[in-house]
Amino acid sequence: MSKSLVIKGGTVINRKSQEVSDVKIENDCVIEVGKNLKGDIQLDASGCFVSSGFVDLHAHLREPGKEEAETIETGSRAGALGGYTALVAMPNTDPPQDSVAVVDFVREQGKRAGLVDVVPSGCITLGRQGESLAPMAELAHAGVTFFTDDGNGVQDAALMRRALEYAKGLGVTLAQHCEVAELTKGAVMNECSCCTDLGLPGWPAIAEELMVFRDIELVRITGASMHFLHLSTKRSVELVRAAKRDGLPITAEVTPHHLSLTQELLASYDPVFKVNPPLRSIEDIQALKVGLLDGTIDAIATDHAPHPRRDKEMSLDLAPPGMLGLETALGVVLAEGACEIRDVVALMSWNPAKIARIDNRHGCDVIAGTKANLCVFDPQLTWSVVPERLASKSINTPYIGRTLRGRVRHTIFQGTTTVIDGQAQK
Amino acid sequence: MKHLRSIDELGLSGLMGLLQLTDHMAEINQRPVPKVPALRGRTVASLFFEDSTRTRLSFETAAKRLSADTMTFNVSTSSVNKGESLRDTVATITDMGVDAFVVRHKSVGIPWQISKWTSASIINAGDGAHQHPTQALVDCYTIREATHAQSFAGMKVAIVGDIKHSRVARSNIQAFTLLGASVVLVAPPTLLPPDVSHWPVSVSHKLDEVIGTVDVLYMLRLQSERMAQGHVPTLREYSEQYGLTQKRVLALKSDAIVMHPGPMNRGVEMQIDPSDVKNSLIHRQVANGVSVRMAVLFELLGSGSSLGGQA
Repeated sequence: MSKSLVIKGGTVINRKSQEVSDVKIENDCVIEVGKNLKGDIQLDASGCFVSSGFVDLHAHLREPGKEEAETIETGSRAGALGGYTALVAMPNTDPPQDSVAVVDFVREQGKRAGLVDVVPSGCITLGRQGESLAPMAELAHAGVTFFTDDGNGVQDAALMRRALEYAKGLGVTLAQHCEVAELTKGAVMNECSCCTDLGLPGWPAIAEELMVFRDIELVRITGASMHFLHLSTKRSVELVRAAKRDGLPITAEVTPHHLSLTQELLASYDPVFKVNPPLRSIEDIQALKVGLLDGTIDAIATDHAPHPRRDKEMSLDLAPPGMLGLETALGVVLAEGACEIRDVVALMSWNPAKIARIDNRHGCDVIAGTKANLCVFDPQLTWSVVPERLASKSINTPYIGRTLRGRVRHTIFQGTTTVIDGQAQK
Repeated sequence: MKHLRSIDELGLSGLMGLLQLTDHMAEINQRPVPKVPALRGRTVASLFFEDSTRTRLSFETAAKRLSADTMTFNVSTSSVNKGESLRDTVATITDMGVDAFVVRHKSVGIPWQISKWTSASIINAGDGAHQHPTQALVDCYTIREATHAQSFAGMKVAIVGDIKHSRVARSNIQAFTLLGASVVLVAPPTLLPPDVSHWPVSVSHKLDEVIGTVDVLYMLRLQSERMAQGHVPTLREYSEQYGLTQKRVLALKSDAIVMHPGPMNRGVEMQIDPSDVKNSLIHRQVANGVSVRMAVLFELLGSGSSLGGQA
């Protein structure tokens, strides 16, 4: 008989309720939610919210291929500390996740680490080269539910149309990294007055928006569903809003950094602020926040992109784009104060679980009988980031020196505590 | 002053101070033996990751005239080609005992990145399309020398050519406007940055409409790869619209001066031999390069005693 665990005194957030309750867990399930529950192990949650564990639609875990930057184990630990119980692993590994063998390897490494549910995405095209379709049916049969060439957008409109048509019969989600590559050659930062001053090649907003527009129209004619990764511009939000008004099966995510950091940070010449799509203007941030509130944006996803120190010490033009996100996401989102706690849980857990098609085990209401994938977080605790103390193998966080608000206290994955009082348990 | 990385960081008083100090250096350069012991015992390392003739030579000459020791880091024979990181290279040279790095690199921001990794002073000798502050100092000094003007108020300067990719333009726009000049940028829209509305300049796409109104005509080099990148259809078309021809020289005001940072592309932006232009200052720009760089080195590394109390 396994030991029971009770989370005491937190405010349990569900879709239709929000009240102070204890949560009792046995094996890997929630068995009771109520008052004055007792168990073998008790975790204090007073002053905290108890919700379904967070689901990240966008994590680069770097394994296989770039274990110097991150491994599935270190990335999983970073995720657990950030309150995540599921991470969708991006496919731009080496080799890429375009075969059952690689996808199985990623999933198995996730199980071995045992800290979060590692959900491997599959490539849309072979090798993410944008030339021919990856074996999507075979991958779907092996359990892949989320396909993307992230890091690259699928440039060929005819191929993207085929991918959407093909995906329709498979019950999977296609996700696009929106970037018309011809418009962003050599680009380092947003095309703006700051890039004019710095003499850096600009990444214009229209390079994203053209592909958002193209894919909305492809969804319109194919009827397939589509998810937009890391939207970053005002006009992209407007396009998606209009598409949703037309009833198209489209979802969209935004990253914590595109909600909190602006293009002007590049004037520090620090490649830690180089990211793709680039940091944009304050007007874009405001539009993204409006999109969060009115339902245009469905999810907050980290685009967690670890890079080893030596890579981020290269010049701005050569340094790879990307920044850490898993351990700071909640603290950044709450510090921005863009939405209510309930919306945060929807954006970080309920909606992404549905988009990734893992809502049978993640993003469920905290009620008796559901899988015990839970997050307990203190919404008021302020803290600052010490890069060396992050669990990620890399330290490329852009939040050094900033005060974040809200921190994960406990994380429960499949009934097991992976984080207690902010400390990873393995 | 610890570093010279951009005109913006230098500011108006820093700029004026260096121009005054350059007068002292020009005087030294007039002497039969143009050498002083001001920087004896100091070491200046040149880190040039991009080709350069005049900038590198004028820095090295300047350092030697101030009796500094010089070290030249030649990229083609260096450990960089063996995969050494820039940080390691800088740390290694710092360990040898260096007081200043003179840095040229194709990438924007390298001088700022390097200054985090060394205690030495950093002099930006050109970073990507961003800044080339000593060229701007040379150009301001050269205009001042020719016009005897302390301030550039009321002066109109046209900068003509590939503004978009030019670090010389970015530094000079800041320097000329700091000193009070009005600046007009003359270029096809494809060779301008996407948005210059926040710069204190006006913009024209027609050289012929501007040329008769300016006091200084500053021509930029057009690199031939701009054609391959589709910024201009052909060099010939560019040169017809924006090149300096005999006819355009005649359209200049009689006392207008002509400048070029070099190296010139004869037959492209310079369709005429500069020696045929009455008020060309192109040779003065090169000559003043040494004095200006002496002033910069002395300002950053000098103790203050050997040059009449300047520090």
